[in-house]
Amino acid sequence: MSVSLSMKVNGKVVSAQVDERTLLVDFLRTNLALTGTHVGCDTAQCGACTVHVDGHAIKACNMLAVQANGTAVVTIEGLAAEDGTLHPMQAAFKECHGLQCGFCTTGMVMSAIDLVARHPGATEATIREQLEGNICRCTGYHNIVRAVQHGAAAMAK
Amino acid sequence: MGATEPGVIGQSVRRKEDLRFITGAGQYTDDINMARQTAGVFLRSPHAHARIRGIDLAKAKAAPGVVAIFTGADLTGVNGLPCGWLITGTDGKPMNEPPHPVLAQGKVRYVGDQVALVIAETQNQARDAAELIDVDYEVLPAVVNCVDALKAGAPQIHEQAPGNKCYTWALGDKAAVDVAFAKAAHVSKLDIINNRLVPNAIEPRCALASYDRSADAYTLYVSNQNPHVERLLMTAFVLGLPETKVRVIAPDVGGGFGSKIYLYGEETAMVWASKRVNRPIKWAADRSEAFVSDAHGRDHVTHAELAMDTDGKFLAMRVVTNANMGAYLSTFASCIPTILYATLLAGQYTTPAIYVEVTASFTNTAPVDAYRGAGRPEATFVVERLVHQAGVDMKIPQDEIRRRRNFIRTFPYATPVALTYDIGNYDATLDGANELADVKGYATRKADSVKRGKLRGIGYASYIEACGLAPSNVAGALGARAGLFEAGEVRVNPTGSVTVFTGSHSHGQGHETTFAQIVAGRLGIDIANVDVVHGDTGRVPFGMGTYGSRSLSVGGTAIVKALDKVIAKGKKIAAHLLEAAEGDIEFKDGKFTVAGTDRSKAFAEVSLAAYVPHNYPLDKLEPGLDETAFYDPTNFTYPAGTHIAEVEIDPDTGVVTVAAFTAVDDFGNIINPMIVEGQVHGGVAQGIGQALLEHCVYDPESGQLLTGSYMDYAMPRADDLPSFKVGTRVTPCTHNPLGAKGCGEAGAIGAPAAIMNAVHDALSAVGVTRIDMPASPHRVWRAIQSAKA
Repeated sequence: MSVSLSMKVNGKVVSAQVDERTLLVDFLRTNLALTGTHVGCDTAQCGACTVHVDGHAIKACNMLAVQANGTAVVTIEGLAAEDGTLHPMQAAFKECHGLQCGFCTTGMVMSAIDLVARHPGATEATIREQLEGNICRCTGYHNIVRAVQHGAAAMAK
Repeated sequence: MGATEPGVIGQSVRRKEDLRFITGAGQYTDDINMARQTAGVFLRSPHAHARIRGIDLAKAKAAPGVVAIFTGADLTGVNGLPCGWLITGTDGKPMNEPPHPVLAQGKVRYVGDQVALVIAETQNQARDAAELIDVDYEVLPAVVNCVDALKAGAPQIHEQAPGNKCYTWALGDKAAVDVAFAKAAHVSKLDIINNRLVPNAIEPRCALASYDRSADAYTLYVSNQNPHVERLLMTAFVLGLPETKVRVIAPDVGGGFGSKIYLYGEETAMVWASKRVNRPIKWAADRSEAFVSDAHGRDHVTHAELAMDTDGKFLAMRVVTNANMGAYLSTFASCIPTILYATLLAGQYTTPAIYVEVTASFTNTAPVDAYRGAGRPEATFVVERLVHQAGVDMKIPQDEIRRRRNFIRTFPYATPVALTYDIGNYDATLDGANELADVKGYATRKADSVKRGKLRGIGYASYIEACGLAPSNVAGALGARAGLFEAGEVRVNPTGSVTVFTGSHSHGQGHETTFAQIVAGRLGIDIANVDVVHGDTGRVPFGMGTYGSRSLSVGGTAIVKALDKVIAKGKKIAAHLLEAAEGDIEFKDGKFTVAGTDRSKAFAEVSLAAYVPHNYPLDKLEPGLDETAFYDPTNFTYPAGTHIAEVEIDPDTGVVTVAAFTAVDDFGNIINPMIVEGQVHGGVAQGIGQALLEHCVYDPESGQLLTGSYMDYAMPRADDLPSFKVGTRVTPCTHNPLGAKGCGEAGAIGAPAAIMNAVHDALSAVGVTRIDMPASPHRVWRAIQSAKA
């Protein structure tokens, strides 16, 4: 059965008819071709699919598209400014070598921004605890923690 | 060329590839779509071992959206998947090499074995249809443990492998070892289990296969580490197609760690099926599927003994290992517990006699193959746990038993297990690690832990690894069925920008930056004018891909060789333009200069002349500036180092906390320190994961995978790990022009032994003498309770 939905994605209103079992992540990736949001697991553990829904980080594999009806969704593609200027957290991941293969990175950046909003001035221990829902297999998290600290400082400016 | 050379080489240049990844513009296989694309889903065996009596597809074929369904019976003329390394056993016979079908043929041999490929308009429709397939299974008894599989009465998995044995293989001088043990003052012994792991690249495997009827040709996008090898194996061995008819593209790949080296049945079936349905087919594994179907790693059971004199000098080592191959031989499975394991058992030590015997067996589990380190972590774990035990037994401090009588200090050094180390300085890395880890302050930190009711331990691992597997002729004599060289093409464009085509593949390693640094440094041009292309058989001349920390030492050297040719030709062109003798032309800082004069031509002027050859020696020289080189190394490279772990254990809960982890490594010359450190961090995290968290467990009765999701398989997360202290010492590799050795696996090689030595050191205070990986809270707590009882 298909259902109709409408939401704001990266500032633009989108409306669609989707199979009711469509996950938000599949709606973003397939219907909207926003492939920066990735799927790394099927148990809401890895966090590669993290996006912001109404300003909060959520795992888009763990939410039906129809549940996001009427919300404002921001994906990794919506972070940088129109002219390409990076969000400070994106810039921090590059500067601190907080990514290797890049697959978890988009979800990691979305989580990190939410983390900083909730915990400005977070300690390393808090950052590590708060990143528990995002798995990275490449970096050992060392440089991700540096990137979040760096990004948090830049966001505070 | 070295880390200290001015210019772009040796600098922590920020990565060229990052922008697309941090903005979501990366193109992983699942991000690529084609017109008229269908979705493929694999029906997998729910049983560890069963005979297929029949498959009823009627209902499934009638389901909405279904395009086609294929089973093993449809794949006529399709061969099995090949194994790339022939091991010859101690009996002089080739290993047992049973068929490895692309789709199950009459029998399934592990949970996850693929039975059918369902192709439908959408993934949901394909999944729905797969559920309607009725497979009549006759369930058979299963065996999952590599030792149990060899016992009399064990279920027989393959007709072609009696007793489930793949091979028994040995290396070393048994008689010399027996003599040394007979006269030893002390023998330290250990029983060791190297726990089975699931590689878990965060991007699950994915493939998109398409067929072009007008050209009778296929294109395969696949999440893979070595597209040329994938193409060669698939076309020549399995599908019987010319290479020209299959283009394999491995675009952005979300981590590999070994698990994406291999030719798998899934993409092979899809390529075959894409012609039958004449539409593109995409398959994207979900994580549950990855757990059951990716090649796993490790899974050894070992008994090891070390003979010493009264002063703790190592006289001989004896090792007996059982290795689990899983249900079928994956692409390089057979060489991991032999060629890449046994040859590393000398470690950093002068042990004069070593004998190792390895028996590999088939079980009803997913195939086991290389996982980050591939044999070398298993070898280091044996050596370094044994050396730790020797130190405990002999009451010699851990750094002293390593260096005092046993470090190799003369190079080249021929080990008793077939390798010749070209260079190293093991004192330097041990000293460096001691200093960086502040070992002097350990007693104070331990006293503080004890005051808080905690146990504290320190552990060392002084590892050796062999990277850049080579040379091809030696490997061939040892059973390799592939070459082990690398190819590189340097295409200078008319205006002096450079496109590099490398046969190695980057899936996180940062080749687009490191290789560009090499080119920019050698040609004296801006790194922004260098682009690196990899992962496409349609664009790159050839390649063996990325594994075994080989990309810089082998792939980078191929690029250097091609650059040498570019410079040599450039000199000829410059000599003509400058009306000078070729021998008088020097190339430096991006300029061709007539020696001893100020007459010069910039690199871009020469490249333009090559493509606009108006003033050009056309009678002697072809136009263009585009050179290719193939490089086959003369030896392995031998990175080495010392890792020191400090752990704190809560005796009430059994929780092990990594208080500190220090790695001081010798990777030879370093092009980009930032990238190298990142590689060490990631490797160490995987090593700590193996030691404390990760464990792939099959139920011994049913053969079901019990750790099939991130809810059950403990991946290292940010709050499981500390920040790491890393350092390097440099002895340049003697046999490649970069002096580079490789850094990709060191962390995963050194960390498990360092951590487990620290855990054993800590637990020695409460009488615990053995604990296996992973040292989970439950295991540690139980060990403490048992020791108390």
